[in-house]
Parts: sequence; structure tokens; C-alpha cells
Amino acid sequence: MNIIVCIKRVPDSESRIAKAKDGTSVDTQGVKFVLNPYDEYALEEALKLKEAAGGGTVTVMTLGGEESKETLRTALAMGADQGVLLKGKPSVDGLGTAEKLAAAIAGRDHDLVLFGKQAIDDDNLQVPSMVAELLGVPGATVVVELKVEGGKVTAWREIEGGHEVVEFELPGVIAAQKGLNEPRYPSLKGIMQAKKKPLEELDVGDAESRLEIIEVMNPPVRAAGVIVGEGADAVPELVRRLREEAKVI
Amino acid sequence: MSVLAFAEQRNGVLRQTALETLTAGRGLADALGVELVAVLLGPPSLAAETEKLARYGADRVLAGYSDAFAVYAPEAYAAALSKAAQESGAKALLIAASAQGKDLAPRVAARLKAGLASDVVELGVEGGRVVAVRPAYAGKVFMRVGFTSEPALVSVRPRAFQAAEAPRQAAIDELALDDTAGAARCRVQLAGEGKKERPDVAEAEIIVAGGRGLGGPENWKLLEQLADALGPGAGLGASRAVVDAGWRPHGEQVGQTGKTVAPPLYFAVGISGAIQHLAGMQTAGCVVAVNKDAEAPIFKIADYGIVGDLFDVLPRLTEEIKKARGGN
Repeated sequence: MNIIVCIKRVPDSESRIAKAKDGTSVDTQGVKFVLNPYDEYALEEALKLKEAAGGGTVTVMTLGGEESKETLRTALAMGADQGVLLKGKPSVDGLGTAEKLAAAIAGRDHDLVLFGKQAIDDDNLQVPSMVAELLGVPGATVVVELKVEGGKVTAWREIEGGHEVVEFELPGVIAAQKGLNEPRYPSLKGIMQAKKKPLEELDVGDAESRLEIIEVMNPPVRAAGVIVGEGADAVPELVRRLREEAKVI
Repeated sequence: MSVLAFAEQRNGVLRQTALETLTAGRGLADALGVELVAVLLGPPSLAAETEKLARYGADRVLAGYSDAFAVYAPEAYAAALSKAAQESGAKALLIAASAQGKDLAPRVAARLKAGLASDVVELGVEGGRVVAVRPAYAGKVFMRVGFTSEPALVSVRPRAFQAAEAPRQAAIDELALDDTAGAARCRVQLAGEGKKERPDVAEAEIIVAGGRGLGGPENWKLLEQLADALGPGAGLGASRAVVDAGWRPHGEQVGQTGKTVAPPLYFAVGISGAIQHLAGMQTAGCVVAVNKDAEAPIFKIADYGIVGDLFDVLPRLTEEIKKARGGN
């Protein structure tokens, strides 16, 4: 089975993020970048599916700059077979990025395309569904359980208060949610091998943005409130304040 | 010209987020001086719900009824909605940022070749152009974005707009559905529903969230009792640590690798307050923290705090809230 996993380089979730001096971007100075956490679930699932199928390739692909090579190498160290760097700038909204990815995916032999359900920087949750639509294939997002048997996909996707069970024939697109699996760590051997694995580079140009950022704003600063008291004895005072002061119960 | 609001249904009943989307759409339609068209897709029995759409501000309803649309069908829904947008000259199309909307809106954007702003919390018009405010980095920053394409596609964050009645006499037009093929190609069934007693964390009015301080999954009954006392609008949340430990399902996780939430009332119990958690809940209305560590970062953003053993505090809190709500 041939699987393409689309990944992204993002600031670590523990990073402090604030608006940059230009007012229309975020300050990423001193920020540690990692493979988008949801992409780890997508990649792990791809590796498991390939292992179960007893053959095929797992290709990791990203749209970004030179620095994204490091992210591709991380994915190769986890076990992907080859990397593709589409050199260009992602779009503000998801569509331009999806167009670049879909164009590159369409020209490659693949049975399944996997994504993390969202990148934790833009939080757009757009690209996987857009790529599916652009490729004209079915798909499921926010997937917590996946079965692929004889070309038939069954995906459990998380919805409010339950699940949807989505079934379709390959090819298709799946976006992984946390809980789909337990991603493996790159082994030392994997890290060594990753350096020798093929990493293709293609200049695709910047993706078209259909949104522009007018302003980046820091969230309103929350002032510390009051410590109502210690232990259970403070409860009546807390409840009084919730009722009379905050008027929330 | 018009603003379109997609009215999401489940099991033939409009969802609360549909009414919120209508309210957001009503405001935008007024600002643009155009009509608000509600788009409804679902089984024929859904006709009974059109009255509600008029009550919440729709000037016109475009309804596409088919049994093939009873359950969400990604490609077929996207085709129908795109057609509705094209036929009514939509300046903007609003979809709830619900589980369904987050899957559907990008498909529509890809069909219409239009920009989509996700999880929007504020909408307006500046110089004739639609602008939107949305969180990024789980709420560590907010972005004000303007559209450089039309229609302006917006997914509306649950609970960001308070559903408000704005009654109209709405004409009801039928939306001809010429593509139900996608529904056959991708079969979707609902599962696991019915077990549900509480609202999803992303849509709850009140969130009772627990962290490692609870000591183990068996102690969650204390949070459940508190949520019960707070009423049917209360949902459960969890920190990343306890989800990673397997104590709670990931669907409940609040924070950067979980859900970003902004309920009017948020209880953080036994949660110290890591950056990624605070990012996901810091725009909540009122935050109450219970923690035994007086130095825990959560107290720096909480409106009210109790320092103490949660195993003493929670039962008392549940009891006092029951009393205060007086059997409501």
C-alpha cells in the first residue's frame, strides 16, 4: 500500500506565542519547532498500515521552506521511506496550501492520503478536506479509529456526543485525531537511516492566500482574581460570589 | 445578493449551533444590507423545522430534502451548499464550526475557490469587506482577517454568538438536489449516540474540568456530580496529562492539542495550568480554580480560587450549588 502523509513544522505546544512587532504576524524568535503533534498520529497509522499490508511506501510531504527539511527528517526517522519538500510559502487560509499539495499528490501513485486533523499553529482544520475535494475523493476527518481491508476504508470520526462511522473505497483522505494510535519514537537506528533516505525538493512557488491578516492581537490579559479561602469552609462564600457577583449560576 | 447561513441538523432536528449561525448571519446581512438565506439539508421530515429558521432571522429558506441527506454526506452536502451559494449570489456563507461544519466548510471552499476563516468569534464589515476575528495557536493569539475572495466563507465557533430571535416572514424555496451520488460513494452512520447525557466540551455552557489532582479516573464521579448539580448545560473537560494517562477520552481534552473553549463558566479542578491548557480556556467568562497548590499557575488567571484538598472541596461545592440552584 502506498501512502502519502502530509505534515507541517509548527511551534511546540509549550511555546509562548505573541504578536510580532509588525502587528500582522507572530513572534517565533526563540521558539522550538516540532513535527505537528497530530501528524505523528497520521504517520504512525501510515506505518502500521504499510506493515500490515506487507509492502508499499510511506511518503511524507510538506509545503514550506528549507527549515522544513528537519521536520521531514524527523518523519523519516520514525520510519517513512521518502520525503518530498514542496518549496514555497503556505497560504493564510488552507486553500492555497491544499492546491499545492493536491497537485503534487495527484501526480504520484497513492492509495491513501493521511493528515493530522489540524496544524496547531493556524488551527485552520481545512487542508485535509480541501485536498479530498480537489482530488475528487471521499474522506473522513477527526478520525479516532481506522480499518483498511481489501481496499475498503472504515473510519470512526469524533462528533459531539458520539461518532460517525464513515465507509468508502480507496483512494481517499483521512485526518487523524489524537487517540488513533500511540506514535512510536524514532530509534537511534532510524535517525541514522533517515539521513540516507531520499528527500526530493520541488520549487512550487508560494501558495495563493484568499485571506489577509489585518492584525494579530494578543488575547485580553486575565487579571488574577481572588482566593476565596482555604478548604471546604470557603465553599459557601465561593457559591455566594458566583451567584451574586459573577451571576453565573 | 445575500448572506447564507447553513442550518445544521441531526436526526431531523436543528442543532443549537444552527441557531447561533443564523444569529451571526443576521448581523452580517444587516451590516451588508442584504437578505439572510438559511440553507437546510436533510430528510423530508425536516420541513417541520423551517418555522424556527424564520424565527431566528432568516428572510428566506432554501431547503433541500432527500433521504440521502438524512445523515451528513461530505461530498453531496458540499455540492448542494456550493450550488446554493452560487445560485443566490452569496456575499458570505456561514457554517457552524461543529464536527460536521469543520469537515464540510473546507470542501465548500475548495469547490467555490474561496477563502475560509475557521472558528470565527467576531464578524463585521469594513469598507464593504467582510472581516472576521479568529483564534490561532489555540487562543494564544487572535487574528483579524479580511477576505480577498468571494464569497466570504466563515465557520462560526460554537457559543461565540448567542442565538437570538429576530422573527421574519420567510419564503421557503426548494433547493433542487442534483448530486446525491457522493452520498452513495461515502456511507456515513451515526454511532454511540444516546449514551450521551452531557453536552460536548466545545459546546457546553459550563465546563467542569479535571486534572491530575483527581488522582485517578475512578474519582471522576466527583466531577460528574458537580456537573449534574450545575444542570444540563454542564459538560466535562480534562487536562492533557489525564488524557495522555488514559483516564479520560481525548474528546474531553481542553488546550492546544485538544479543544479551545470559551464557556461562561469554567471549573478547573486539580489542574495546575500549563501554557497549552491556559491557551485553550483563557477566554472563558468566569474561571473557578480548586487546587491544593497555592502557587499553581491556574490561580493567576482564575476569577475565584479555593486552595485546598479537592476531595473535601468538591462534595461541599456540589451540595452548596444544589442548594443555591434550589431544585432548578
